[in-house]
Amino acid sequence: MAIDTASGRTSSIGNAALASRFQAGDSAGAGLPAISIEGLNKWFGEFQVLTDIDLTVGKGEKIVVCGPSGSGKSTLIRCINRLENHQKGTITVNGIELTDNLKNIDQIRSDVGMVFQHFNLFPHLSVMENCTLAPIWVRKQSKVEAEATAMKYLERVRIAEQARKYPGQLSGGQQQRVAIARALCMNPSIMLFDEPTSALDPEMVKEVLDTMVSLAREGMTMLCVTHEMGFARAVADRVVFMDKGEIVETNTPQEFFDNPQNERSRQFLSQILDR
Amino acid sequence: MQWIKRNLFSSPFNTVLTLLCLGLLIWVVPPVVDWLFLKAVWGDQPVAACNAVRGEGACWAVVWAKFRFMMFGTYPFEEQWRPAIVIFILVGLLVVSAFKYFWNRSLIAIWTVGILLAYWLMAGGLGLSSIRTGQWGGLPVTLILAIFGIAFAFPLGILLALGRRSELPIIKSISVIYIEVVRGVPLITVLFMASVMLALFLPVGWQIDQLLRAQVAIILFVAAYLAEAVRGGMQAVPRGQYEAAEALGLPYWKSVGLVILPQALKISIPPIVNSFISLFKDTSLVVIIAIYDFAYAVKKSVETDFEWKKYFIEALLFSILVYWIFCFAMSKYSQWLEKDLARGHTR
Repeated sequence: MAIDTASGRTSSIGNAALASRFQAGDSAGAGLPAISIEGLNKWFGEFQVLTDIDLTVGKGEKIVVCGPSGSGKSTLIRCINRLENHQKGTITVNGIELTDNLKNIDQIRSDVGMVFQHFNLFPHLSVMENCTLAPIWVRKQSKVEAEATAMKYLERVRIAEQARKYPGQLSGGQQQRVAIARALCMNPSIMLFDEPTSALDPEMVKEVLDTMVSLAREGMTMLCVTHEMGFARAVADRVVFMDKGEIVETNTPQEFFDNPQNERSRQFLSQILDR
Repeated sequence: MQWIKRNLFSSPFNTVLTLLCLGLLIWVVPPVVDWLFLKAVWGDQPVAACNAVRGEGACWAVVWAKFRFMMFGTYPFEEQWRPAIVIFILVGLLVVSAFKYFWNRSLIAIWTVGILLAYWLMAGGLGLSSIRTGQWGGLPVTLILAIFGIAFAFPLGILLALGRRSELPIIKSISVIYIEVVRGVPLITVLFMASVMLALFLPVGWQIDQLLRAQVAIILFVAAYLAEAVRGGMQAVPRGQYEAAEALGLPYWKSVGLVILPQALKISIPPIVNSFISLFKDTSLVVIIAIYDFAYAVKKSVETDFEWKKYFIEALLFSILVYWIFCFAMSKYSQWLEKDLARGHTR
């Protein structure tokens, strides 16, 4: 196990989290897939960012997407809730295909939570208001109901005591945990994470990863763009490696880290693990 | 003492400068204070009292003598209690709108009632003698043009700013063309257009009230400026905010109203208030289409009286003071609002 010793950041995950790897269990692959992507192509102007992407994510499955910067991994998950539109291919989320149909887009968005690299909390609203905004205005919940749900999730990410503060008064790690709680308040069936720890100070990475690990344990379908290889080992069912807009390798974390099949994967791993 | 030495007499050159400035102040300030206050004629005095100190003291008595005409212009004398109340209603609307407590649907109700009440008092009907808008004048006219100008131009400006940032080509081009055309012409020409040209296009017999035309012209004009101020604020809101709102499934109008505008408007407070202040003063241009606002009423009040005519400067200074009070209040309020909105949001 060369990885454990070589990777400095692996240790940022709690030992308990590392001890038992979450297994997808019987729900994975059964019935309708949560996300199904077929022949996806996307261009920014002349530049092709995604080429012939095929990916199916089962319900309850956890997938880690990694790859060098500019490989299109963020763009891929941003296509899933239509923050980016695609030009070719199909994306189907919980049986609904993403097209220009705004109604479908809104329905998919309210069912897919997203956590951003830079948190993107609403600075003019308190932590509590950040969490209740969408449940009240999209789900039409009452304020009391929404606040009760928000409190539940804020407690789960262990930040309930900060509920009345504003995002600007919290540390980066706290903000990211609020962002996770905010997404959970919509009761999503799928969570997308776009490099959730890469804008954090090193000492705050653990608290966010711990939250994500516990979320994974509860069976949430997760798609994470991250370079936290310890996290990938701990919870991922599959690791998807992307380079130059293509999926180069899909493998179990064990196989991917210990015995990568592709030359580019090997190169990438040696680069991030040698730090 | 230490401070004085360090800041005023630190070098020979600075010492000379300090003494020169002191000399200048001693030379200028006492006569000005004398003229403005000490030797001035205050209160309800006959013009003879002013003539006695002419050249040495200001004649503030002119303000007392001509106060009613300055305030209400040609509005019928016996009915001037009506515009007097209107002044209080309009200022009241402004004050109420300044409190965050009222920033909800009730504000629309308050304004609707305020507008209807003000119109009824000014124009008459329902038991009050009716007064044509042509007879309206003075401060109420200025306040009506300015306050309703702000109240209607603001939402229109926000819509134009949203339009300009829209992804729908038709809405975007309409907004861009509107903003660029209106910003490219002087207010005076817009007022002339509203006053003269509009009549050419309308069918014979159709007539829109002159004051209403000026009001609409001012609203349309200021909205273009406000649109750019608001757009500036929107551009300063990070892209991630739009994305976070979208990712939560908030529909367009809700993400605009709940996430983007609260942040954008806060950023745009200085340029927005800038526009409000220029609007307030620019209302005095309506005189060119024969609407008699406060500035004009002040001018007319002394011009038409042979005896008081020579105290024109004092009357002018009084009108300057009134304009300044309103504009300064807006400026101070905006500074307070900026601080208040920033409080608690940052570490």
